[in-house]
Amino acid sequence: MDRKRRTMDGSGIRQALSMMNERGSGEGAGYVAYGIYPDYRDCYALHVFFDNIRENKKVVDATLEQWGTIEHDEAIPTYDQPNLRAVHTPWRYFFKPDPSLALPGSATPEDEIVSALVMRVNAARCGALIVSSGKNLGVFKAGGWPEDVADFYRIEDYEGYTWLAHNRYPTNTPGWWGGAHPFNLLGWSVVHNGEITSYGTNRRYIESFGYTCTMFTDTEVVAYLIDLLMRRHGLDVDLAVRALAPPFWEEIDRMPEAEQEWNRALRLTYASAMMNGPFAIVAADADTMVGFTDRSKLRPMVVGECADRLYISSEEAAIRAMEPRVESITMPAAGEPVIGRVAP
Amino acid sequence: MTIGSLPPRYRISIDPVRCMECERCIENCSYGVFRRDGDRILVNSRNCTACHRCIACCPRDAISLEEHPCDYRSHPLWTREAREAIYNQARTGKIILAGMGNALDYPVIFDRLVLDACQVTNPSLDPLREPIELRTHIGKKPTRLDLRRREGGDVELQTPLTPNLQVETPIMVGHMSYGAISLNAQVAMARAVTKAGTFMGTGEGGLHSALYPYQDHMIVQVASGRFGVNIDYLERGAAIEIKVGQGAKPGIGGHLPGEKVCADISRTRMIPPGSDAISPAPHHDIYSIEDLAQLVRALKEATEWKKPVFVKIAAVHNAAAIAAGIARSPADAVVIDGFRGGTGAAPRVFRDHVGIPIEAAVASVDKKLREQGIRNEISVIASGGIRGSADVAKAIALGADAVYIGTAALVAMGCRVCGNCYRGLCPWGIATQRPDLVQRLNPDAASEQVANLIHAWTLELAELLGAAGINSIESLRGNRDRLRGYMLDESLMQVLDVRQVGA
Amino acid sequence: MSTVAKRVVIDGKGVHYTPLNQQIRKAVKDGAEEIVISNVLGQRFIGDGLRGNATIHVYGVPGGDLAIFMSGPTIIVHGNAEHAPGNTMDAGKVVIHGNAGDAVAHSMRGGKVFVRGDIGYRGGIHMKQYEAQCPILVVGGSAQTFLGEYMAGGLLIVLGLNGPVRARDIGSGIHGGEIVIRGDVDAACLATGARKVPLADEDRRRIAPVIREFAGDFGLDPEPLVNAEYTRIIPASARPFVGKYTWE
Ligand code: SF4
Ligand code: SF4
Repeated sequence: MDRKRRTMDGSGIRQALSMMNERGSGEGAGYVAYGIYPDYRDCYALHVFFDNIRENKKVVDATLEQWGTIEHDEAIPTYDQPNLRAVHTPWRYFFKPDPSLALPGSATPEDEIVSALVMRVNAARCGALIVSSGKNLGVFKAGGWPEDVADFYRIEDYEGYTWLAHNRYPTNTPGWWGGAHPFNLLGWSVVHNGEITSYGTNRRYIESFGYTCTMFTDTEVVAYLIDLLMRRHGLDVDLAVRALAPPFWEEIDRMPEAEQEWNRALRLTYASAMMNGPFAIVAADADTMVGFTDRSKLRPMVVGECADRLYISSEEAAIRAMEPRVESITMPAAGEPVIGRVAP
Repeated sequence: MTIGSLPPRYRISIDPVRCMECERCIENCSYGVFRRDGDRILVNSRNCTACHRCIACCPRDAISLEEHPCDYRSHPLWTREAREAIYNQARTGKIILAGMGNALDYPVIFDRLVLDACQVTNPSLDPLREPIELRTHIGKKPTRLDLRRREGGDVELQTPLTPNLQVETPIMVGHMSYGAISLNAQVAMARAVTKAGTFMGTGEGGLHSALYPYQDHMIVQVASGRFGVNIDYLERGAAIEIKVGQGAKPGIGGHLPGEKVCADISRTRMIPPGSDAISPAPHHDIYSIEDLAQLVRALKEATEWKKPVFVKIAAVHNAAAIAAGIARSPADAVVIDGFRGGTGAAPRVFRDHVGIPIEAAVASVDKKLREQGIRNEISVIASGGIRGSADVAKAIALGADAVYIGTAALVAMGCRVCGNCYRGLCPWGIATQRPDLVQRLNPDAASEQVANLIHAWTLELAELLGAAGINSIESLRGNRDRLRGYMLDESLMQVLDVRQVGA
Repeated sequence: MSTVAKRVVIDGKGVHYTPLNQQIRKAVKDGAEEIVISNVLGQRFIGDGLRGNATIHVYGVPGGDLAIFMSGPTIIVHGNAEHAPGNTMDAGKVVIHGNAGDAVAHSMRGGKVFVRGDIGYRGGIHMKQYEAQCPILVVGGSAQTFLGEYMAGGLLIVLGLNGPVRARDIGSGIHGGEIVIRGDVDAACLATGARKVPLADEDRRRIAPVIREFAGDFGLDPEPLVNAEYTRIIPASARPFVGKYTWE
């Protein structure tokens, strides 16, 4: 992330990610970039995977038109790669929902409409999968090695001030494009290293708030949990991370009374949102990037800083590949979020 | 003779070579099986209940016990039980009462669910080194929190929290009243739960003054008979439980026969000695869900909204909808008592045929509450047939917050599940009020045994969680992905919301 | 309130029962002897679990479960009461200058409930006594069916001052205490387990002070009531269910 919103093209992160190919299996990789669609900054940029453009696109067109205006849509440019089988056609819409169609009383009517559309389209399994839905951002992912995916989309053609990237070693749904990271809903995108042992609890919890889990993989719930906690419940990023990876009771019991009270309340209220199992997660929205690990620190996480740039990665090598002059390298404690904010 | 005598249920025999005529069996058998004749001990097997007291006491292992020494002609439909019930009712024309839990051979769903463990993709945790948190809070939680940041960054909690019970292990001891069991048994369990940081129920028989030292770990029960209920009682309890129904006998009340109402019990229950203590089937101030909410409020109001209030229902067909109704009241927890729940005495026809298994009930309650977005409104306590830590883990994975144990705690004190509690002659000093029998149960030793049991299960739970890569019990709650059904049918797995083994 | 007010007036208009009870508790704690609550309309649980010996005047119509779990005070209702006044009450007194709903004095364990008018169904259900604690329910008017159901102790008197007593199935499951009804009661109105006996002189001596107190509270002439004809209904057995069951 660049705190001053100075953009970087995708070549750097492509190279950083390829440093960690040992961690992947060549069956899924992806990138998300913030700030790439300045011309449509007020539109929700919907990245969609179509199984079959002729058959499936009109369904999505019709649904979107029902709920707002499609300002512009086009195929996402792709470039054939010998090692990547293009099983989907990536498409992008720049969409403006009609806020008057949202349920009355919503604080964020446009977000409500778009998130409901995402849930609906993805659950319907109509040959279209919406993989990102925020403003001025886009997710580029596919089944393949990181370099191939990057070259397939030619991500060096995009200029973003925050980039997340992920290299997958799938066990559950190999090769499925929808299962590759990042996962996105509205502004927030998530990449995740690990496995969430509390997935069953988290999924049932999040589904009781109207989300539908459709990607067959655990990371999806993280994106929805962040949306719930931050957008719908109004927690700031610090508190949201604390709800997802709370302190142990032992630590809470030792806190001064006032602090203990709200920490206790947070754990009680969000018991089913708490994530268990090994994980290192980096999440970002337009203004923030946050990295955190599980409470027992079972996955690695390294943080690098260089002037206005903040890097969070599983390995230091990746950071140094992208930024050889990195000024500081730290390893944050378990459950302790590393938060970067861009200047307003 | 039309029916004549039936074959004895058990046969006791004494090996004369081993027997040293110490007469311990004579002293210990409260059913009068043994007597001395010259230099021999004679037995009358017909009186035997298979309580195993004699066997436990015999210093020479001279006593052996055989069940059903004389068979009927075998028949899959006309079982011994079916035939004997008919003989009994043909003779008496009465309703058959029986003890302990459901005795029919229904499949045990718990035994057809298997737990998960980590291999490779995530690490298992070692409870010896890493914290595994079992602390559970029973009570209402807000659905969302209003946390404000003050200048300087301090967080301020704006959402008021209602009182919760903090339980250090999700194993509580359910309600067994003074009257149904002895005071020594209650005291032993009360000490054990206090030591373990958990809670036990008083049952509907009031709170004896000997339990006052443990009252912070006691849940006082308000049943339809309102025995022992006054403002003092309500204020003493850590929480209050309204008993609507019981898994062993859903839909009916109960009564403690007058002969068990001794002076001490009469004082605790606040009824005259020797009179039947009758609990009507319904609470006569609860004829609908709104009346239940009203009693919850009345109890909260009486205790100035400082005590959590639980509602216990028997697991019946529409338990899920009932629980959703209870969640909409100010009640803090719903206890679901499955059809295997124990009892001192229940009509056999109810004990064996009414209600549903706890596994299905908890699963459907949790699901319904989540569907309606009110899971945080209420805690779910599963009870009725919890035999070990695996059952606890499975109940929690199916959606319970915690469990109540009953029979298991009695077994920890020596109970042999002989099912004769209603006769008041329990040779183990548990289900009896006869002073000489009660004093057989040493509260110090018994409390240690119950505490040991809870401790051992807690250790096992921590191991199970660790193996599943989970370091906090709340991440197991409702986590049915960590369960698989083995030889369960498709529709039942749908109810349980689990997949089958291999899937 | 800094000084100790012997008499406290509370305006109950539109006040929820929780703050209302909080005000009552505070007044009792501060030593009030008389508390007057005006404009009561539908607030439940007035005097819930309240201790002490204050006298509380309620003007208006209180909601259900008046004086539930109460232990000591006197509540005088100048109006009707809803269902279950005196529910599981321990000690104290409730005087209702009107009618009351169903399940009056449900599970009452001690103290008195006097109702000048009629009561609904299941009056005095499962009242029970213990040692010196003996609950008393007196109804000036009529009572409805299932009167004294499951009664396990205490005294229940129905005076029938507003015409004949309509109750049927009287004393079903009664296994303690007594029901006394002015005039004769048709045996067909008794439930199984209940038995009709004449009111002996010693019984009359026993209930006379209760009737006098009732008459005093409502400004009635006590003597004709004390000397009237009464039917006394008692349990056929203290063990109504014995004989229904056999052991496995
Ligand atoms: S009743 Fe118990 S003590 Fe008596 S003989 Fe049978 S097993 Fe032994
Ligand atoms: S408690 Fe009941 S089942 Fe257990 S040994 Fe005693 S009488 Fe038998």
